[in-house]
Amino acid sequence: MFDLDRWIELFQTLSKNKLRTVLSGFTISFAILLFTLLFGIGNGLKHTFEKQFAGDAQNSIYINSGRTTKPYKGLQSGRQIQFRNDDTKFMNEKFEGDIQFFSPNIQRFNVQAIYKGEQNRYTVRGVYPDYQPLEESVIENGRFLSVLDIKNKAKVIAIGRLVEKDLFGEFNAVGKNISLDGISYKVIGVFSDPGGDNDERYIYTPFTTAQGIYKPYDELDYFGLTFNPNLSVDQALSFSNLLTKMLKEKHNVDPRDQGAIRVRNYAEGTKNVQQFMGFLNGLILLIGLGTLVAGIIGISNIMVYIVKERTKELGIRKALGATPKSIIGMIMLESIFVTAIAGYIGLLIGVFSLKAIGSNLEKYFILNPSVETYVIVGATIILVVAGTIAGYIPAKRAAKIKPIVALNDE
Amino acid sequence: MIKIEKLHKSYPIGKDSLHVLKGLDLHIKEGEFVSIMGSSGSGKSTLLNIVGLLDEHDDGNYYLNGQIIENLDEKKAALLRNKFLGFVFQSFNLITYKNALENVALPLYYQGMGRKERQNIALQYLDKVGLKDRADHLPSELSGGEKQRVAIARALVTNPKVVLADEPTGALDSSTSDSVMDLLKEINREGMTVFVITHEEDIAAETDRIVRLKDGVIISDVKTKANSKA
Repeated sequence: MFDLDRWIELFQTLSKNKLRTVLSGFTISFAILLFTLLFGIGNGLKHTFEKQFAGDAQNSIYINSGRTTKPYKGLQSGRQIQFRNDDTKFMNEKFEGDIQFFSPNIQRFNVQAIYKGEQNRYTVRGVYPDYQPLEESVIENGRFLSVLDIKNKAKVIAIGRLVEKDLFGEFNAVGKNISLDGISYKVIGVFSDPGGDNDERYIYTPFTTAQGIYKPYDELDYFGLTFNPNLSVDQALSFSNLLTKMLKEKHNVDPRDQGAIRVRNYAEGTKNVQQFMGFLNGLILLIGLGTLVAGIIGISNIMVYIVKERTKELGIRKALGATPKSIIGMIMLESIFVTAIAGYIGLLIGVFSLKAIGSNLEKYFILNPSVETYVIVGATIILVVAGTIAGYIPAKRAAKIKPIVALNDE
Repeated sequence: MIKIEKLHKSYPIGKDSLHVLKGLDLHIKEGEFVSIMGSSGSGKSTLLNIVGLLDEHDDGNYYLNGQIIENLDEKKAALLRNKFLGFVFQSFNLITYKNALENVALPLYYQGMGRKERQNIALQYLDKVGLKDRADHLPSELSGGEKQRVAIARALVTNPKVVLADEPTGALDSSTSDSVMDLLKEINREGMTVFVITHEEDIAAETDRIVRLKDGVIISDVKTKANSKA
């Protein structure tokens, strides 16, 4: 396979015919450069979308209550629907298999928090321990609420990273006591949240503690849950539809009433985003393949031209004893070598350009454009195959030309 | 060395065909120095192409070195050309981007010879045609006579049985022509069969045997006295 003479011959031909080599190489480099840039920018768009939709679990559903807008079963419209602890029990029993994390929620805005001289107002939420994965928040220090805290109605809180920064500055908040509307709570943990600043200014306390302080009897504000992540988007949508229907039935709400029980399912958004991303991916793939095909056609044209230009030289070589096989081998080796090297150069320029862009184009919705390794490997393989095909057809033709015809070619 | 019996060749021109060679008989023995004379259109180039295995004949027999030539595929033809034949063309046909030494060494490359050995032999033959000091010059840096000498060295480098020269002096002035003919004569004296095609009387007169061709048939075949060997 490896024959030093053939490679010496190859390098001599290429270096003595620089214009030709550069022209054919440029076609391929440019095609691959475009391909890489397009792919990278497409991925950059994808990264931006992924970032925009980060912050809450992608499979989360939030259920709020409001006033009825339609009379139903003899009940008037304008009636306030109130969730209670028996709704929690009802949902736990009916949908156990489809629910991954589940938490009822009591929310109080503008609660005054005081630590020593510092004070500020925050939103306090009474939740179950399951609320942490729901928000996808990450414990930085200490721990989140536990089942035992719920059971004991413990006066403990987990605070957002920015709450700690506001009240404690650089000091560690865990173990200290904060006063919330005059009641003292012990800080057991500090969390961060990928959702951003707002989500890092929440204070979480056990659901039972909050219910005891802020709610008469067994009332609560809303539910948050994540469905089983193994459900497909369509299954998730039908799950949330069933959930809505059964809750409306339980509270005697007209099934067409959109105001009384409001279910916000991230799956709907996810579905739209997925469809859009699918479309975007398809478009990028189409453009990328188009560029590649254009490159392949370009290199084929150039190879045909090169063989035509070299007809006389090939005739001389044949007169001197070159076999058709050696002619085909020579032209193909050239073509594969040029496509592979030029393609690789295009790829390198493309990848480095993408690296250089980095986050500079974030305001155009392009974030960290990059190309996956398998795409690079795939493109390289396609190139070499293209080089082989692009070289083979004219080489085959060149080998068939009779030496006498080739020698008379001017 | 070369034996031709009732050789026919025609070329299709549109729907008609042009009958170029009309039943030639020719026998060239080893060591002969033969010239084929004829005006353009007499079929002399066609004859050389067939003898040189660059083209195929339609009918008749052709024996090269005792071996009948028929149903040659490209690969076999290439091997036979490489082994038995050396070509010298009117337009030199050197490869423009290779220097003199590389041009001369190219037939040996197709024999699969190693690089060092190839270059040594090529250099010997360049020396033989008096161009050893021009070995690293490109064809564009050589005069017409020098180019033809390089081409002759290339034709000889495989030590073939026959050297075929197609108007070897056609593109050269008279003094350069003489030196090229002297070189061919010298090669012939060393025992090489040389087969020259020309339309110039004085060039033909330098060979040992003149075959005249007209309209695809041989009209005369005579030995010249002046150059007959002792």
